[in-house]
Amino acid sequence: MSTDPRLKRESASFHRNVIAEIQRAASEGIYEIRGFGAKRHLPSFDDLVFLGASMSRYPLEGYRERCASDVVLGSRFARKPVELKIPITIAGMSFGSLSANAKRALGLGATKMGTSTTTGDGGMTEEERDASAVLVYQVLPSRYGMNPDDLRRADAIEVVIGQGAKPGGGGMLLGQKITDRVAAMRTLPTGIDQRSACRHPDWTGPDDLEIKIEELREITDWMKPIYVKIGATRPRFDVALAVKAGADVIVLDGMQGGTGATQDVFIEHVGIPTLPALREAVEALQELDMHRKVQLIVSGGIRSGADVAKALALGADAVSIGTAALIALNCNGPLYEDDYKALGVEAGLCHHCHTGRCPVGIATQDTELEQRLDPEAAALRLRNYLSTMVLEAQTLARACGKSHLLHLEPEDLVALTIEAAAMAGVPLAGTRWIPGRS
Amino acid sequence: MITFDLDRAPLRELNQSLHDAAGEGDRRWRIVNPRGRHNIAVGMTQALEVEVAGHAGYYCGGMNQNAAITICGHAGQGVAENIISGRVRVKGNASQSAAASGRGGLVVIEGDAGARCGISMKGVDIVVGGSVDHMSAFLAQAGTLVVCGDAGPDLGDSIYEAVIFVGGQVGSLGADCIEKEMTAAHRGKLEGLLAQAGIDADASAFRRFGSARKLYNFHVDHAGEY
Repeated sequence: MSTDPRLKRESASFHRNVIAEIQRAASEGIYEIRGFGAKRHLPSFDDLVFLGASMSRYPLEGYRERCASDVVLGSRFARKPVELKIPITIAGMSFGSLSANAKRALGLGATKMGTSTTTGDGGMTEEERDASAVLVYQVLPSRYGMNPDDLRRADAIEVVIGQGAKPGGGGMLLGQKITDRVAAMRTLPTGIDQRSACRHPDWTGPDDLEIKIEELREITDWMKPIYVKIGATRPRFDVALAVKAGADVIVLDGMQGGTGATQDVFIEHVGIPTLPALREAVEALQELDMHRKVQLIVSGGIRSGADVAKALALGADAVSIGTAALIALNCNGPLYEDDYKALGVEAGLCHHCHTGRCPVGIATQDTELEQRLDPEAAALRLRNYLSTMVLEAQTLARACGKSHLLHLEPEDLVALTIEAAAMAGVPLAGTRWIPGRS
Repeated sequence: MITFDLDRAPLRELNQSLHDAAGEGDRRWRIVNPRGRHNIAVGMTQALEVEVAGHAGYYCGGMNQNAAITICGHAGQGVAENIISGRVRVKGNASQSAAASGRGGLVVIEGDAGARCGISMKGVDIVVGGSVDHMSAFLAQAGTLVVCGDAGPDLGDSIYEAVIFVGGQVGSLGADCIEKEMTAAHRGKLEGLLAQAGIDADASAFRRFGSARKLYNFHVDHAGEY
């Protein structure tokens, strides 16, 4: 028998992660529930590059010529559309999943940059209303904490049909995080494993949704933009139906989108990546002559100004960030290493939002852990991160000769892989070939 | 009494007028020619008495606060959905998802209610003079559902702390919903609700249902019960 270490070969089908998961399932008899988003490799904005200006295009001077970043959302029907200074919003994340300090930090940081935050399952807290100059109020299937007074004091309303991490699935918040306050907001017993419904209780399908949207408009006297959030599965149809139902804004969440607690099998195996979902959504809007009339916000795996610029170039009006915003607050930061170790991980690998034992005080309801997050300091980090993303996006836009981020267009992009070319609908670099079109 | 004719003015004008009806003035409104229109008298905040003289479509009285709304006909889907306070009375039958996710107040349906009556209810009291169809009180969290007639299949599926009283037959109980003892206190509560609703029924004939609380926390041994 040879002992040559070069002959050791790991199975591609049964690699060590797979072996560990099979043995964990055999031991526990239940699926893994975790936080964070898809960890598998997926075609993404990384597979696209910009074609900066050269002989045939005229660039803008980076430090002299203006590149605007403002965006208006909800101009279709709302009497008071949302006006943002930057096209990067903060996605819906619940108080309950996140600590009150984390929600406050998100609100303060977003407000410093002139953008919006979004509530989440469980309703609106005073902290986030106070901290957020522009707050989007979610209407979710669970209707936890649903209140017409909060509808009226929101700046926009988002009807949530699905999210990228688990399209077709309801939510869950495990008992560790159902404190007295969270339980009271959701009208549930303290300490239970809370389930959120996957379907709305009082409507089914686009015809009903149209009536539901009219109800929300009537209750708020047609003042608020109505967003419709969908998890990316069949965006061509879902976007068209949301437009038909009367949405002002569509929020499209790709499968890289995060979650506070979901079955791993759901996170990794349901939905489509943000890249193809975006192209399909834009095409649906264009077919209806609604592109730029019904605004499109895309989310799921947005990390940098490059991602922002590429999403806008492909036709989005804005992007939304969740996981990245939490990372800016300090999620997975190299702090409190012993507490990461107690969860069986290290900083950079943590996905234990569901346990409520977040070492950095973000995804927790534990009063001691929560104190580890200083909302003022965390808000400053979020502001810096958002500012960096905008500067990066503007750098790329100027290089393409654009005086507004929304002037970026698909012609500014090429793809580095055949898959990305097909999914994004832009040519493979160095060719005129768009797979599936030519 | 103020009369508003939905044949002569649009729904938007009606709801705006109801929202703006603060302070002095006539507190009684009569809406004529509703003709099954959706979203009549939604988002009310004022303590007005509103009579809908005919059938209403979806969401009539949705998210009601303080108002007393009477529908003199049948009501469409989601009547009084997410009601916070006040009272909504349907003199006819109600379609599915009546009083869905209601958080307070009283909803009275003198006739029958369709499927999922009281789905996700969070504190509202609902009294149905007739029967309810399947999956009523699904995911019901708090409040009371009184059914004077029969209840369809899967009553109270995945129920939390809401209480159900049924005077007639129950098709079947949903996951984690069980029959519980009917004490004198429960009978007293039921009698009070029936009196509030103005419905004549013998409280001693009712049975009480609620949560077995076995599914409150995930446990692999209970996976087959969902």
